[in-house]
Amino acid sequence: MKLPGVSEFSWRDVATEARLLLIGIPVFLWTMIPIYHMFLFAISPKEDAFSGKLWPDHPTLHNFEIVFKQQHYFLRDFYVQFWNSLVIAAAVGALTLVIATAAAFSISRLKVPGGRMVLNLALFTYFIPAAFLAVPMYRTMGNYGLLNNHWALILAMVTIASPYAIWVLKQASDKLPVELDEAAVMDGATTLQIFRLVYLPLMMPSLVAIGTYAVLLAWNEYLYAFLLLSNDREITLPVALGNFLAADDSPWELLMTTGFIYALPPAAVYYAFRRYMVGGLTAGAVKS
Amino acid sequence: MAITLSRDQSIPAPPLSPRLTPAQVWGIVLLAPYLLVFLAFVVYPVCYGLWLARAPSNYVALYNDPIFARAAVNTLIFLVIGINIKMLIALFLSGFFAQQRTWIKWLSVIFILPWAVPSIPTILSVRFMLNPEWGMVNHLIFTLTGDDGPNWLNDPTVALSMAIAVHIWKSLPFWTLILITGRLAIAHDLFEAAEVDGASWWQKFRFITWPSMQTLYITCTLLSMIWTLGDFNSVYLLTGGGPADLTHVLSTLGIRYLRLDQLSLAMASIVCAMPFVLPLVYFMMKRLSR
Repeated sequence: MKLPGVSEFSWRDVATEARLLLIGIPVFLWTMIPIYHMFLFAISPKEDAFSGKLWPDHPTLHNFEIVFKQQHYFLRDFYVQFWNSLVIAAAVGALTLVIATAAAFSISRLKVPGGRMVLNLALFTYFIPAAFLAVPMYRTMGNYGLLNNHWALILAMVTIASPYAIWVLKQASDKLPVELDEAAVMDGATTLQIFRLVYLPLMMPSLVAIGTYAVLLAWNEYLYAFLLLSNDREITLPVALGNFLAADDSPWELLMTTGFIYALPPAAVYYAFRRYMVGGLTAGAVKS
Repeated sequence: MAITLSRDQSIPAPPLSPRLTPAQVWGIVLLAPYLLVFLAFVVYPVCYGLWLARAPSNYVALYNDPIFARAAVNTLIFLVIGINIKMLIALFLSGFFAQQRTWIKWLSVIFILPWAVPSIPTILSVRFMLNPEWGMVNHLIFTLTGDDGPNWLNDPTVALSMAIAVHIWKSLPFWTLILITGRLAIAHDLFEAAEVDGASWWQKFRFITWPSMQTLYITCTLLSMIWTLGDFNSVYLLTGGGPADLTHVLSTLGIRYLRLDQLSLAMASIVCAMPFVLPLVYFMMKRLSR
């Protein structure tokens, strides 16, 4: 038994700590090496990057300068592609929120007939691997005449994001007391007023979590983006990164620099909203 | 807008149908956007895809394609071996991260990074690390042993193992996080009582932790298997299906057929996976919609 404030040396504590470190250090290395490697390339001139050193002889920010000035063949549309990624992610976030919130309100609060079945269908879609839906989705977008149009990717990502969004929001709205709606009806509130003035404010934390989820999903998507968009000025950043591999002598240091820039916003968003993400998403992700 | 609405409320308009209340009408209106998305981008593509894959000749062609058989085997290896290794590590690490230490708290913040960053740049980063001539891994091997390292991505077994490793790297934090929540939900007095009774580490796990977590653990494993079927990035961006199309999994194979303009084969390969996927999906749906 340790007393607070009294540092007591015990071999047993040291052994426990050592064992924990024996797990902790490999976990740290395992997690960080691919990310460090990416960072290393971003600050290395080409010769240093390809020498396999653990730290460059001449660390430099020159790669970032090349990317931001679009001074390479592969980077000539960097800003356009960054903007595409941003617009598509924002649109997917907004559309998913609107569609999923409306559906969750309808199923959970208004008890619309057939709501249960719609929820099951949505869950079913959620579990179908997205890569399997990609092939028919590609043809469908072709049939709708949307290929190479941002709307194709936006609508596809909304389709993929909404089932989970509806499910999480439905779970969250089930927890709101029914009495709130009843009291509002007694006061003469219409359905829309309940939605706007009672429901939405109470649902804010879940809405933040779901909005973040949808935005990150769209920002990170590679497969659908590269299937549905192909024109250099329409594609998103991840597709542009994949296109670097088309050449045999790819400028890997620039690829990693662009990748690093591309990875920063979602990581920042994730850590900023971590409180919501952990509470709102993982708790809902798997119910035992 | 608000005025018309409140008038509707005070003088009830005749209901659209004798059975529907205004709230239910709103319910249908609010559900409609999702239903439209579902019909246009799930039902239609699925039906269209099934229609494209209707000819039996597709399945004969698949049966005769060695790449398809190889991809099916790879997918099984990926799921059965890869996912179980991943979940065992996640179970183990969830116990590690449940320890109350400041440095472990900080480590858990770092540990989540692979999940928080997009997979494309990190997978490409691993790909270059494994480059036989210039990669960091072989450079280290050369410095330490004086021998040339293996040509990692040129051997189908090693390349597939690396793709599995990349998959584990990416999704381990997520599953660990979920198992940690499961572990923290176990009542603490159980462990205290076991401590008093002098239970060993293994007995505590065997008789307290595992019984409380097994449902969650199995649910997670099944869910991870279903999702991993759709893991396109780990294989495509690391090996591109190569060498010689020997490391394809079903999700990359579909795209390969699509690029070769064999759309009906692409659909047929997906249809072949359905007898395995649908029961799992149905099971999970039942479990989660309770």
